[in-house]
Amino acid sequence: MNELTHKQSQCILVSLRLEPVRGLHMIPASFEYSSPKTLSEAISLLETSGSDSKILAGGQSLIPVMKLRLGSPSRLIDINNIEGLNYIRESDGFLRIGALTRIVDLESSELLKKKYPIINDAASHIADPTVRNLGTAGGNVSHADPANDLPAAMLALSAEFVATSSGGSRVIKAKDFFVDAFTTALKHEEILTEIRIPQFTVGNGGAYLKLEKRVGDFAIAGVAAQISVTQGVTVAKAGIGLTAVGSSAIEAVEAEQYLIGQTLTAEAISTASKLAARASNPGTDLRGPGEYKREMIIVLTTRALKRAYLRATGGAA
Amino acid sequence: MATEQVIHGMGSPIKRKEDPMLIRGRGNYVDDIKLPGMLFLDFVRSPYAHARIKSINAEKAKALPGVVAVITGNDLKGLGLDWIPTLAGDKMMVLPTEKVVYQMQEVVGVVAEDRYIAADAVNLVEVEYEPLPVVTDPFKALEKGSTIIREDKGTNHIFHWEVGDKAATDQLFKEADVTVKQDLYYPRIHVSYMETCGCVADFNSVEGHLTLYMTTQAPHAVRTVAALVTKIPENKIRIVSPDIGGGFGGKVYVYPGYVVATVGSIVSGCPVKWINDRSDDQPSTAFGRDFHMRAELAAKKDGTILAVRIKTISDHGAFHGDANPTKFPVGLFSICTGSYDLKNAFAEVDAAYTNKPQGGITYRCSFRVTEAVYAIERMVDVLAHKIGMDPAELRMKNFIPKEKFPYRSALGWTYDSGNYRDALKKAMDKIGYADLRKEQEEKRKKGELMGIGVSSFTEIVGAGPSHDFDILGLKMFDSAEIRIHPTGKVIARFGTKSQGQGHATTYAQIIAEELGIPTDDITIEEGDTDTAPYGLGTYASRSTPVAGAAAAMASRKIRDKAKKIAAYLLEAREEDLAWERGRFYVKGSPDKGKTIQEIAFAAYTNHPPGVEAGLEAVDYYDPPNMTFPFGSYICVVDIDRATGEPKVRRFLAIDDCGNIINPLIVDGQIQGALAMGYGTAFMEEIKYDEEGNVFGGNFMDYLIPSAVETPKWETDKTITPSPHHPLGTKGVGESATVGSPAAFVNAVVDALAHAGVTHIDMPLNPWKIRKALEEKGLAIES
Amino acid sequence: MVNKMHIAVTVNGKDREADVEPRLLLVHFLRENLSLTGTHIGCDTSNCGACTVMLNGMTVKSCTVFAVQANGKKVTTVEGLANGAKLHPIQEGFWEKHGLQCGYCTPGMMMAAVALLQKNQNPTEEEIRRGISGNLCRCTGYVKIVEAIQYAAEKLKETQQQGMEVPAR
Repeated sequence: MNELTHKQSQCILVSLRLEPVRGLHMIPASFEYSSPKTLSEAISLLETSGSDSKILAGGQSLIPVMKLRLGSPSRLIDINNIEGLNYIRESDGFLRIGALTRIVDLESSELLKKKYPIINDAASHIADPTVRNLGTAGGNVSHADPANDLPAAMLALSAEFVATSSGGSRVIKAKDFFVDAFTTALKHEEILTEIRIPQFTVGNGGAYLKLEKRVGDFAIAGVAAQISVTQGVTVAKAGIGLTAVGSSAIEAVEAEQYLIGQTLTAEAISTASKLAARASNPGTDLRGPGEYKREMIIVLTTRALKRAYLRATGGAA
Repeated sequence: MATEQVIHGMGSPIKRKEDPMLIRGRGNYVDDIKLPGMLFLDFVRSPYAHARIKSINAEKAKALPGVVAVITGNDLKGLGLDWIPTLAGDKMMVLPTEKVVYQMQEVVGVVAEDRYIAADAVNLVEVEYEPLPVVTDPFKALEKGSTIIREDKGTNHIFHWEVGDKAATDQLFKEADVTVKQDLYYPRIHVSYMETCGCVADFNSVEGHLTLYMTTQAPHAVRTVAALVTKIPENKIRIVSPDIGGGFGGKVYVYPGYVVATVGSIVSGCPVKWINDRSDDQPSTAFGRDFHMRAELAAKKDGTILAVRIKTISDHGAFHGDANPTKFPVGLFSICTGSYDLKNAFAEVDAAYTNKPQGGITYRCSFRVTEAVYAIERMVDVLAHKIGMDPAELRMKNFIPKEKFPYRSALGWTYDSGNYRDALKKAMDKIGYADLRKEQEEKRKKGELMGIGVSSFTEIVGAGPSHDFDILGLKMFDSAEIRIHPTGKVIARFGTKSQGQGHATTYAQIIAEELGIPTDDITIEEGDTDTAPYGLGTYASRSTPVAGAAAAMASRKIRDKAKKIAAYLLEAREEDLAWERGRFYVKGSPDKGKTIQEIAFAAYTNHPPGVEAGLEAVDYYDPPNMTFPFGSYICVVDIDRATGEPKVRRFLAIDDCGNIINPLIVDGQIQGALAMGYGTAFMEEIKYDEEGNVFGGNFMDYLIPSAVETPKWETDKTITPSPHHPLGTKGVGESATVGSPAAFVNAVVDALAHAGVTHIDMPLNPWKIRKALEEKGLAIES
Repeated sequence: MVNKMHIAVTVNGKDREADVEPRLLLVHFLRENLSLTGTHIGCDTSNCGACTVMLNGMTVKSCTVFAVQANGKKVTTVEGLANGAKLHPIQEGFWEKHGLQCGYCTPGMMMAAVALLQKNQNPTEEEIRRGISGNLCRCTGYVKIVEAIQYAAEKLKETQQQGMEVPAR
């Protein structure tokens, strides 16, 4: 798959109804192209080039959208030649991921494997290895596809997104970032430059599980769970994000709150999983009936919590 | 005598002759063809499944710089090309003049200087539609008062077909101790060859000559039909089928693009290329299956199966375009008695028009054998579970015994050869069937679900004998023309067309075997109607059974003539000569002989008086019977009780396709077809909603298996030669697409059968399995 | 009215320049402008991988990259794998092990395999299967493709042990 969603693929049908003609799948409409070398140059291009200009990062969602002519931006501002936006590091209490960090780098990062494996999990489920070579962390989240895999992980991790404009930078919390399908809190003149995640110490563990019809396909459903455990028993903090079961990635707030202070018994996990399912609002499509997807949120949350717990307590998996 | 290392005849697992070009990226597929001044054709397609066209406004498109022509249905009507015949004797729209009948149907053709301009122009054409009521359900289509899709027919009922003795079969059902009945839907699927359909049409107006480079599996038939339809004389039509990126049946058809590109070339005076995008191809070209079957078996208490009865509604889309032999509107579905010695059988099919694209028998199915085999192999399992007998044991009990071959089936086929028990026994021994059953029992006690699925299929391929088989009147022989050059090198041409099956290698091996000439010295050509002898093409696993036989027979004709020349050269009588591979020698004097190369040279330099010079032969092979490949497949699957996900743990295929030409290629054919069977069973489906919107019309939504989920196939063989084929071979290309879906489904159902699950329709999505688990109280929370 | 941009791309070691529309897809640039038709198009949704090439040493789907993005970069296509008459081990592997039938997915599949082997000299079967999961084949059922890649892995190791130059990149 690529990073288009099933929602979007259904859009093809919707647009079939809206447009007088069809038969366009491969050739994008014409556009102007700029390839700035600096962030400030990119921002000023964004400001001057009109509201239908778009940032081109990995392009692995944007270009398919343009080929289908579901989107026809008048200008692409290619940020791939801007240096300094591709990094994964811990500093000042945050794990920091540059917006232009490739999915392949998230997948293979030793730092992430050691401390934030939920991100490796999610990254390794995105499309296929070749798409992951170009796809970017920033693109995956700012495309805000409810079926993209990173947003749920970001919600579970309480990530923050740094949006940069000519006026400076502002920080948007993950829960405020994902507004709706393909809609984020980013303004047109802003570029997402960094994803940051509160730095973890021992006792933290997370996992992302995705149910898919074929490897790399859009999720039937996905669950990201991140917990911190004190003294190896009690949950001190919990984050649960859901993929492809609503119009955006969903944070299962009730389940998170319930878990705090709990010992992760089978009953507690089961209760939390059911609460997570209650937060979902899946529709029926080619990737399954809504009812099934909701059941799968229970299954996946249970399994993700178990794996997260194992990781938090230094176990295998 | 030349050694096997040099000859590489029958049975030699040599590397393919076609590969050196392909692995260097130097194949020549149709989109690689670039002619001077070539233009590009793209289509405006219908957003509606059924709608009247109120107006078409192409002015803006025509005004776009670089646009050369806009072609509508009315333009074609003037040429008598708005409708053309289908392979089934119906007719199909090329471009609509009044209404569209399925979503994504071609509506207007735009010819421009390149594909980018053509796409922009497509976007500028305005078509006004008036939506009409849509019929996508074939059952509803056949109801009284249903919206009529084809006014020219006045009904949505295409045909009723039946075979077998209904009364006698019904009687057996009445007398039976046990009967089982099951509705089986074989979903609508698409072959999804990796290369989409396309062509380059090049009309030379001075000579009135058309060259059409196209993705076709049957170039000669296309040429004849094109001549009849366009009135261009057949000697002035050249069809060239270059390298084909997979066909699997989907490239037997003639699609509107070929016709409109041709018209575009005539109109513009330039070559015109048309290449489908994937998202054009998937929802508009021929589908496979879409068969709603109600199948029943009648049996005795002890498991002796008496009869099978199947009633089917088949969904053909808006045009009846099945690429079937004329006398067989439902293909060879009457093979539905399978591998079993039944007393009687009855099958009937009613076919319906719906607002979907045409097709029916594409997708590696040997003319609807896939559906037939699926039905019988699924039903044997349904019966086994009902009477509490092991499915393998039930099969063993009912197999046609090997002593009964040639065997006349209840529905009239004469099976040429078979040894079904040995094939299944080999499969069971090799996979450890008894141990698997034990493991299954133990797992069930622990609450784990695994299933074992068996499928013992009988195929019917090699269409076909001319007394029964034709397409649009063209008899289904096939041909080989072999020429031996003076230096003993060979060029051979065929009426078939490889799409990856490796004909350049296997045909060379046949000739090498027959004439003792090394395969390296033999060049194979196909696909150019100006040079190749007439043949009906490659589909339905017919190349080896028919054209392969022609290669052997033509080689033997050459050998007969070579013998005359050898006798002359050796000053011996013909009857005193003996043949060893590659050489005639005088009986009793093995040193006195002439190699085929020496004979070839003499054929051009020193031919005997009274004998024509040259050394070549043509054979049009009319097979005396079909060939009946068979096999037994065993699939082991584990089920996740929480998600419903099935995981194929093992899959063993024992195939018998008679004598083998190239084991490497046969293995490749089987493994590839198994993967297609896997896709059918677990992933693939094209669906329509009530408005006729297509779901699964691109590679984002129509999932074909990747390397990750595709099982690691285990393959092995038995060899039971065909008694009537000159080489004892049978076809093999489709055995595994035919045989494997039932093995997958049987395995999944077997995992749940103890709880009373009798059937789940393909594709076996996890949610369908989960639902069955829930209904039987087997689902768990995580 | 068409705005064109000048690009310079090193393709299979050769410097190539052209004026192209920004919307020109890399795959069309290779196939149409440069007549390198070994790179194929199998779909329009970035799923099939038939168009896989190397861009600065990593695989990309050339139907999902604009030619202008390759400006100043290096592209390797299937035509750049062999060193003259000498086949790349991956090409040998596909030929030896019957890793191709119709040949349409083969160029992209081989590029994906080469990239995989550059990252991982000793891939397990599972790693090979995951490594080519963005490349669809409809003919082979994948078993022989896996064997072809295993063959190439062995060959590449031998080549390196002998201190010989590994072709292509």
